[in-house]
Amino acid sequence: MTTTLAPTIENFYKFCAEKKLMGVVCAKCKKTTVPPRSLCPHCGSSDMNWTELPSKGKLVTYTVIHVSPAQFQELTPYAVGIVEFAEGVRLPGMIRNVKLENLKIGMELQTDFEATVPSEWPRWPRYFFTQP
Amino acid sequence: MAKPLATIVSAGVSKFGAREGLYARELFVEAASEAFERCPKLSPKKDIDGLFVGQMSESYEHQAHVAPMISDWVGLLPAPAYRTEAACASSGIAMRCAIFAIQSGMHDIVLVGGVEKMTNRRTATVTENLGMASDFPFEQWHGITFPGIFGMIATAHMAKYGTTEEQLAKVAVKNHENGMLNPKAHLQKKITVSDVLSSRPVASPLKLYDCSLISDGASCIVLANPKLAKKFTDTPVHIVGSGQAQDTLGLFERDDITTMNVTRLAAKQAYEMAKVDAKHIDVAEVHDCFTIAEIMAYEALGFCKEGAGGKLIDEGITRIGGQIPVNTSGGLKAKGHPVGATGTAQACEVYLQLTGQAGGRQVKGAEIGLTQNIGGSASTAVVQIYSRGD
Repeated sequence: MTTTLAPTIENFYKFCAEKKLMGVVCAKCKKTTVPPRSLCPHCGSSDMNWTELPSKGKLVTYTVIHVSPAQFQELTPYAVGIVEFAEGVRLPGMIRNVKLENLKIGMELQTDFEATVPSEWPRWPRYFFTQP
Repeated sequence: MAKPLATIVSAGVSKFGAREGLYARELFVEAASEAFERCPKLSPKKDIDGLFVGQMSESYEHQAHVAPMISDWVGLLPAPAYRTEAACASSGIAMRCAIFAIQSGMHDIVLVGGVEKMTNRRTATVTENLGMASDFPFEQWHGITFPGIFGMIATAHMAKYGTTEEQLAKVAVKNHENGMLNPKAHLQKKITVSDVLSSRPVASPLKLYDCSLISDGASCIVLANPKLAKKFTDTPVHIVGSGQAQDTLGLFERDDITTMNVTRLAAKQAYEMAKVDAKHIDVAEVHDCFTIAEIMAYEALGFCKEGAGGKLIDEGITRIGGQIPVNTSGGLKAKGHPVGATGTAQACEVYLQLTGQAGGRQVKGAEIGLTQNIGGSASTAVVQIYSRGD
């Protein structure tokens, strides 16, 4: 896929379909931002270019969800957390294949991608975090 | 004390709870009727020239465009009516808008309130509706619920500061004790720390009794230009400080989730405007949507230093009879949390406290009050400061 694609959320998830977790880097202040956006939240520049995020990051915080909306009922209970890939570059997501009692702030996690595309709108392929 | 921005001349709250068979308009009428009865010198149709109403969601009743509907049902047509939305701070920002309206001179006396009907839907649907106030593409889409957001905040706060599940539980126990003294509260139920700790998990470390209630309810205040207030009441309550700040919609986009930065910024504005600080506050209603949120509100409002919120609840300082009683109404935890109604319900409680009408939960001699209302994961925070005007 070409990296001249506009820095949009829709395109972020198009990259997920290629098993790539992408942010944008500002040509002016060099800071990385995720989710991708067309105006740099740090300096206001509109010169934003795609960059692939590191495949591993550290768990900033987490929770185990026991009461969930209808579409996640089959997975419940499940863990979610925020992973930091570099200073200030974070994404939240589900944590899979980790025993709930082994979750720990600071643990290393790596990104993976669901094999199937959800059938409901907006049909974005989901990334998730797992043990390296 | 600073010059008043606007003056509360009356207030009313509906009974909060599972109000089967009653919908938003009817609940709002219940609240407004109490406010009107409390202020016999006010002729609502003649004197009130505008309505501001906060409501979060159209989904519960499949009803949008509620401002003219509420205006009609409380008898204010054809006065201009406005609906505001900021998730759980919907009526907190309604108050801000009403203050602007009065300060601008375009309105003199307005009715400001909020309402939400929620218990007609199943818990999974309510969870989904409330979740709409979080970021859709990165939080909702990945199964992160609202309790999940505050669960992640609590996990981080506990790890950084050593805050314990027992301390969180004590917030719930205190607010339930206060709710026992409030006949309008959703729950009149005493609970113990072990009840909280043994309640079923919702989003770790938060359990059922760490969460506020899904409730139906409405609340309102009659807000007047300070110059006109004495015409209607001998016991006015002035709003002397008001602040608001915004943060990112997504929790993950913030550098530090162990502090409620927007509350701190809104409080700073309000304290400076009112020319008071935390030590002058006699009574406060804070946004305890989850027990951890009350602990973090203590810290951000300056009731204690950063990280010491757990210690403050241990020491009993925020109980009725303590140095700064917090959530005398029972808070969102026991009074209930019909989300759109919460901001003005907090103002109603402070009004009752400052006018000596709070009954069994009265804080003796209260002169200065504070409310803190947040929307979502604290993407919005509104802080108001009140002073007794007689």
